[in-house]
Amino acid sequence: MVRFILQKFVFMIVSLFVLVTATFVLMNAVPGSPLQREKATTPQIQKNLEAYYGLDKPLIQQYGIYLKNLLKFDLGISMKKRFYSVNKIIADSFKYSLRLGVVSVITSVIAGCVLGIIAALHHRKFLDNLAMVLAVIGLAVPSMVMAPLLQYLFAVKFRLFNVAGLERPLDYVLPTIALSSASIAFIARLIRTTMTEVLHADFIRTAKAKGLPGHLIVWRHALRNSMLPVVTYLGYLVAGVITGSVVIEAIFAIPGMGKFFVQSVVDRDYPLIMGITVFYAVLLMVCRFLADIAYALVDPRMRNFTKKVA
Amino acid sequence: MGKTILEVRDLRVSFEVYGGEVEAVRGVSFHVCEGEAVAIVGESGSGKSVTAQAIMRLIAMPPGKFKSGSVIFEGRDLLTISEKEMQKVRGNKIGMIFQDPMTSLNPTMTIGMQIMESLIKHQRLRKSAAKARAIELLAMVGIPDPETRMKQYPHQMSGGMRQRVMIAIALACNPALLIADEPTTALDVTIQAQVMQFMKELQQNTNTSIILITHDLGVVVDLCDRVIVMYAGQIVETGTKWEIFKNPQHPYTKGLLKSLPRLDQPKNEPLIPIYGTPPDMIQPPQGCGFCSRCESAMRICERQDPEWTAISETQSVRCWLQSAGEKAAAVVGGKEADA
Repeated sequence: MVRFILQKFVFMIVSLFVLVTATFVLMNAVPGSPLQREKATTPQIQKNLEAYYGLDKPLIQQYGIYLKNLLKFDLGISMKKRFYSVNKIIADSFKYSLRLGVVSVITSVIAGCVLGIIAALHHRKFLDNLAMVLAVIGLAVPSMVMAPLLQYLFAVKFRLFNVAGLERPLDYVLPTIALSSASIAFIARLIRTTMTEVLHADFIRTAKAKGLPGHLIVWRHALRNSMLPVVTYLGYLVAGVITGSVVIEAIFAIPGMGKFFVQSVVDRDYPLIMGITVFYAVLLMVCRFLADIAYALVDPRMRNFTKKVA
Repeated sequence: MGKTILEVRDLRVSFEVYGGEVEAVRGVSFHVCEGEAVAIVGESGSGKSVTAQAIMRLIAMPPGKFKSGSVIFEGRDLLTISEKEMQKVRGNKIGMIFQDPMTSLNPTMTIGMQIMESLIKHQRLRKSAAKARAIELLAMVGIPDPETRMKQYPHQMSGGMRQRVMIAIALACNPALLIADEPTTALDVTIQAQVMQFMKELQQNTNTSIILITHDLGVVVDLCDRVIVMYAGQIVETGTKWEIFKNPQHPYTKGLLKSLPRLDQPKNEPLIPIYGTPPDMIQPPQGCGFCSRCESAMRICERQDPEWTAISETQSVRCWLQSAGEKAAAVVGGKEADA
């Protein structure tokens, strides 16, 4: 198991390096510079600014400096939000994104599983159809359409929630629904399919032949086996929720990382683009890594496999 | 033989499918005595597995449904008691072993837990007591190092071992009746012998009644006392195993025996298969189900279901060849001569 983890870790470092390089090259290949203003500046000021941010050095040297700082976990300073280090911006804004993300992931898994199980247990009956219609709507309506609709209905019309912001616990309701509707739908369909299949498996018949009551058969024998694909999906789910939150944060005026990410690209704020990209990448890799471990925990056959690899 | 513990009377099971109603079991009646081993043999689709699952009420409804009949076990009709009552019978009074041990165990649960489950449910044992009993059971079915095996998962075991675990599960609560639905079909021949040997010992030691469902007449000889031959959802012949092997009466039973390889058979002599396929059970034939494949079919066979004829006290057969005589003549109105 230790070697399995180490192996994964080395892969993570390598892919991170590739990612940093690619982002750096692409970012510099795009025309324009963070120091270009609408107002023309004198060449002298321009030169001083470039020297201050180290942009006067050749690209390869800039790249070297960036890598060196990255090893010290120093992501540099923002070129647009002056006096703010990228580390500080990420630290301040990420807590909002994280909270919303965690709430959304938990909501997706619980709501998705419940809907999926209901659908599977009432296969081809009314409740199944209802759950699946909801799921299709959830998948088909993009979150940027869903979000304003929710705001209009529940915040403006019925005044149940605030339109924007993320201060009170109740403020989480609308962004969470908007952010997790697609993943709820996805998980529900996933669970429904696997569960329907698992319920016809031979070992379910064995469980029945043991005289176990129906709820115990579903809970103890069917659910765990139906959860396997969901666990695999979890890594991607987290990725989806994070990238999806970029839009949702903008709509609900949440001061999260997504907002800064979009802004940094518009501004060509090199250190901030790099910083947030690296941060997202690390986050996603860690999520995928945890999903791998979670899979081994749920499926004993995987545990055996990882042992063999080690 | 001891007293009857299970009596199946006129059992009819159908499945609603897209094309109509499949009559899988058409009026099956038999009984099992205490400590007796009965084999139900027949080819695929003859309704033997459905009969077994109907006794345990494991048939999904819909599409399945009981058209008629009763399954009397310990004085109660299992087909009419509530689902809750039925749960107290399954795994407790009647144990069941399934065909494929590779898929019949839950892959995400330890062997130990899968055995302990029914002990905790039916005998209300504490976890520690259930564990001790489960280890005992594993040792009894001949699994070495049972303590370690308890913590393992099905994928860490071979097919033969898994089938023994299945047997341990089925026997956990000392059932009065064990239904084994093709327990050896998915196993190697050598493992088959081991499993059959084990079931035989078990039967001798515990006096458990066994219903063995199989399409392999070879595995019947060792274990069973009586044989029931099923074809197209009906019983066509029953008798003690020696009667069936030495003196088969029904053409289908004869065919089954002829298609079996024998050690004393000359090398070049080919096996004789039963030609044709079983009838479509969506529209079961009016007469004898076997008549389209039967070499000695007569005209009456197509028109009317044969009746039971007793050959001896223990053997009876459902074939017009045995009861032809005056009865058949009467039914067809003397036209039998030109058949």
